[in-house]
Amino acid sequence: MHELSIVSSVLDQLEELKKQHEGAHFSKVGLRVGELAGVDVDCLRFGFECVVKDTPWESLALEIEQVARRQRCPGCNAEFQAENWATACPHCGEAATITVAGEELQIAYVEVDE
Amino acid sequence: MSQIAVEKKVLNENQKIAAELREKFREHKILVVNIISSPGSGKTTLLERTLERMDKSKRVVLLTGDLQTENDATRLAQWGFPVKQIITGGTCHLDAKMIEKHLADWPLESFDVLIIENVGNLVCPTSYDLGEHFKIVILSVTEGEDKPLKYPSIFVKSELMILSKVDLLPYVPFSADLAKSNARTVHPGIQIIETSSKGDGLDEWMRWLEDKLAAVKSGELVSA
Repeated sequence: MHELSIVSSVLDQLEELKKQHEGAHFSKVGLRVGELAGVDVDCLRFGFECVVKDTPWESLALEIEQVARRQRCPGCNAEFQAENWATACPHCGEAATITVAGEELQIAYVEVDE
Repeated sequence: MSQIAVEKKVLNENQKIAAELREKFREHKILVVNIISSPGSGKTTLLERTLERMDKSKRVVLLTGDLQTENDATRLAQWGFPVKQIITGGTCHLDAKMIEKHLADWPLESFDVLIIENVGNLVCPTSYDLGEHFKIVILSVTEGEDKPLKYPSIFVKSELMILSKVDLLPYVPFSADLAKSNARTVHPGIQIIETSSKGDGLDEWMRWLEDKLAAVKSGELVSA
């Protein structure tokens, strides 16, 4: 499981961000995780708890927004959610559609106490 | 309370190094493939058969990742191509930094192909860009046909699926058609080559590599 390395990467970036916001207390971090990201959200939550424990990040809350896979059809331009991995366009039947969402593994925001 | 929009990739640092590697590979026209599968699907065996057949004038190098031991590098070194083992010491995937570090003392300008054998794992290596042109996933017929449905990310991100150990098909309850149809459900455009260590499909696989290498050399294939 690589969720621990992902948590470390998040905290490394927050350390950097802290330097730009001196004195601010980060109370929450929001992550965006796509269903194609190869990340298990429960493992990520568990790994996060383990890593922040007994560190200055202990009070940091974690919110995860899960993003479903969305496809766009190059034929008819329809955008649709790919249910059960069926990626063919439900409108015109085009098989080769393009993934437009679901690969995210991002830090979306941090919340700061004034 | 206020919110700061960050909007950055979590693996930003990995992405940055991968982009630098990609730039180097482009500059020196090196084809780079990243081979991913479960443990025991036949990554090392496929590479042994590949090196055995490889035109010795082609300058091929390999990086092979494992949690422990130099065994794979030792197996692969006997064909005379440079091989380096990356021992991750427990980490379940290779990341771009490990690739950068292990390539540092190799003269990149004198290589044509870099083959990266990732750690045996269908999940974690999926998230880490190594600057490669293609991910290649191997599924063996001694696994389940539903692996593409259980671990879709890697099948979605792979250009090519190698269905390995097909010489065992008469002896195992595995439907190659179902496995291929599952792979095409999650990735309609995925290419599939069926191979075995006895020689099935190896000509087709070598041709696939040759074609991609030619496309890199001509500048037609540039990794984004």
